Amino acid sequence: MEINKPSKAGTMESNDIYVMLMPNPKGGIEINLQSIVMKQFGEEIEKVILETLKELQVVNVIVNAQDKGALNYTIKARIETATERAE
Amino acid sequence: MKRLRRTMLFMPGNNPGMLQSAGILGADSIILDLEDAVSLTEKDSARILVREAIKNLDYSNVELVVRVNPITTEFALVDIDVIARVKPDALMIPKATEEELKTIDEMLIKIEKEEGFDAGSIKLIPIVETAYGLQNVYNIIKSCNRIVAILLGGEDLTSDLGIKRTKEGEEIFYARNQVSIACKAMKVDSIDTPFTDTNDFEGLEKDTRKAKSLGFTGKAAISPKHIDTIHSVFAPTFDEIKHAKRVLMAMEEAEKEGKGVFSLDGKMVDAPIINRAKNTVELARLLSLT
Amino acid sequence: MKNILGREIPEYIEGYGKVTTFEGAFKHAGIKTKKEVKVNSVTPNDEKVLKSIEEVIDKVGITDGMTISFHHHLRNGDYVLNTVVGAIASKGIKNITVAMSSIFPNHSPLIEHIKNGVVTKIVTNYMSGPVAQEISRGILKNPVIMHTHGGRARAIESGDLHIDVAFIAAPTADTYGNINGLYGKSACGALGYAVSDAECADRVVAITDNLVPYPACPIEISQIYVDYVLKVDSIGDPGGIVSGTTQITNDPVGLKIAKMASDVMVATGLVKNEMSFQTGAGGISLAVAAQLRKYMKQHGIVGSFASGGITGYIVDMFKEGLFRSLFDVQCFDLQAVQSYVSTHKHQRMSASMYGNPDNKGAVVNNLDIVILGATEIDTNFNVNVTTGSDGAIMGGSGGHSDTAAGAKLTIIVTQLMKARLPIIKDSVTTITTPGECIDVIVTERGIAVNPKRLDIIEKLKKTNLPIMTIEELKTIAEKMTGKPKAIELSDQIIAVIEYRDGSVIDVVRKPL
Repeated sequence: MEINKPSKAGTMESNDIYVMLMPNPKGGIEINLQSIVMKQFGEEIEKVILETLKELQVVNVIVNAQDKGALNYTIKARIETATERAE
Repeated sequence: MKRLRRTMLFMPGNNPGMLQSAGILGADSIILDLEDAVSLTEKDSARILVREAIKNLDYSNVELVVRVNPITTEFALVDIDVIARVKPDALMIPKATEEELKTIDEMLIKIEKEEGFDAGSIKLIPIVETAYGLQNVYNIIKSCNRIVAILLGGEDLTSDLGIKRTKEGEEIFYARNQVSIACKAMKVDSIDTPFTDTNDFEGLEKDTRKAKSLGFTGKAAISPKHIDTIHSVFAPTFDEIKHAKRVLMAMEEAEKEGKGVFSLDGKMVDAPIINRAKNTVELARLLSLT
Repeated sequence: MKNILGREIPEYIEGYGKVTTFEGAFKHAGIKTKKEVKVNSVTPNDEKVLKSIEEVIDKVGITDGMTISFHHHLRNGDYVLNTVVGAIASKGIKNITVAMSSIFPNHSPLIEHIKNGVVTKIVTNYMSGPVAQEISRGILKNPVIMHTHGGRARAIESGDLHIDVAFIAAPTADTYGNINGLYGKSACGALGYAVSDAECADRVVAITDNLVPYPACPIEISQIYVDYVLKVDSIGDPGGIVSGTTQITNDPVGLKIAKMASDVMVATGLVKNEMSFQTGAGGISLAVAAQLRKYMKQHGIVGSFASGGITGYIVDMFKEGLFRSLFDVQCFDLQAVQSYVSTHKHQRMSASMYGNPDNKGAVVNNLDIVILGATEIDTNFNVNVTTGSDGAIMGGSGGHSDTAAGAKLTIIVTQLMKARLPIIKDSVTTITTPGECIDVIVTERGIAVNPKRLDIIEKLKKTNLPIMTIEELKTIAEKMTGKPKAIELSDQIIAVIEYRDGSVIDVVRKPL
């Protein structure tokens, strides 16, 4: 999928992740992650975001995400929602 | 004995925290809601979140139901297509008509085949919440053999009728009767409308007892705090259990003595009473009340 | 060197000294000696009331390297610690050890004093807020020594913790140094944490905003222990003093945990006449008390005592006749203060009487059931309430280890995961309370019983409760959250965790 315009999904509530997607003029995937469990799960969250983008065949995007302890299924869902909204 | 459906708890579909704890709040069934609990701009978000939740979280100890949007909306068909493929136990259909249910049935047949699910494994629970639905509840249940229960939606129904909705519930007395009887005739569960005051437990108990006294087999809830109260109303009392056990003991005695009919406390005990006694004892056993 | 709980602890710690290793909850019981206390005798002509904090510092002779102590009954409304340390700093005195029973967010001025070398050592039972965060970044020259409430009293009474000057914030004091916490605009109720300090410090100063004519009545801390009295405008902010209790949780998951904990209590058979009970001041702990209250009322049960820091909720249960008496080491709110004032049956216990393992029997020894929390639990039931899972100090035992050691039934109530962090892990960041003292873990997804408690396992098997092994609980959590990456820690020891008996149960290393 192509990221044609900025989009967002999710909320800042506990257990959720607020994601904002933007087209990336430089090309490639850039992830800017803030998380309340950065030390313990930062790597894992980025991994899930990358995997989801790969599944959706997104190659160029800037992802800004603010995580409040979302589990993997929530991260996947929010990235997918934002991606579809950005088409 | 089939699975208990004393309580059906509504959970907003776009809220990850609630989706995660839904299964352990004590309700027999949980309804992940894509309809009223989700704003129009978030319908897509909720649908994808619920799909992922069902795929990844453990809901094995409850009946998993998803309330999709009404068929008349742009969301319904996508809801059903996406959610059915992750195999919830049932879909809950708002304001359903016989025709709509038949359409959904066909969709589900196709999806079950494509996904390799057992035919008919995804059940349906229509909500009766319009004047039309109420008048046609018997036909609605007959329309499709996936239907396992009917939920009475008191708020939307009274709105459709243009009347006031009250705590005492006099205005839905006929509706409750109609739904309960139709469900009993068709041997499906009848689920009463939820009580909307989260902090009035006395009112909740009264309302639940009213529904039970008219034959309802369960009640929906919009707050986890209501579950214990509803369960206690639908549980047999200590006296009811004692009486039921005595009936069954008397029945065993009679069989030993070769008697076909027998009486207990001066009253004749026949098949309906024995059946009720068996159900009571079984329910008590399931609830560990014995 | 690994202690019996598998924690890596050096034999000698710079800024602390030689380590006595933890060997078991009651391994060091035996014959103990109390310290000799130096007393400056006071004759009939001596005047105790001084005019300023500067005069106090001069008169008691505070010099570099001394240990000064404070109590935390004024909680987050306390002004005294900041005032005293500020005055000491102004005089150019350095290398002070502050022994404050608990440090709160409003004690943040300490940070500057630490950075300036005025305060180089801290001894405490609990730390939260900016001071805890900064210490976790390594700003303090020496490791913090963290005690339990009972352990601090033990350390003071045995001489392990020598106090040069004890500053006792006194809601009411008379001109000869009699103190009580009942009356005055800064009334805080029972002064349990100040007693050992008063009895054992070389010098004791009462600081009050309510100087009454002699004699004050009643006398909680006697004039025979107090050297000087200073009047100030205000010893604290009442809003911060009596705000220790939270509300009963409204969260359905918390309420479920509370109901399950209550079912566990009842199933063990300990909920009966003459029972004793203690719970914390937090949301789920209070919900457990609410369940117990319902059950006790239904079955007409009257307990012997409820203990702890006392909250208004426990006071309500007491007033309803559910307990014959209360043992109070600190009042968490105004209701508790008012109850303490109004009846003899609401009695104070000093920190020593509460939990000192080295006296002739603390109240925790008489406790049937205690409800506690946890930030982390390992598969050996060892509990952490000192550090968060980011490795920073955010609490401390308080009475946790004391009550867990004494109670017949110790129940930890906690959510299985808090914001994606599983509470149950292979290894906790810090061990505060050893697993041998922890009997049951109650979470919303299951209940684990310490395998040593076969008696409890038997009783709970007969119920419908979801009993499982602690490994199974851990697996359920990790399946949902994934396994957290371990925090990287440096080698720098920033805190030494002393068990009740003075042995070292664990250390805290600075997170990277």
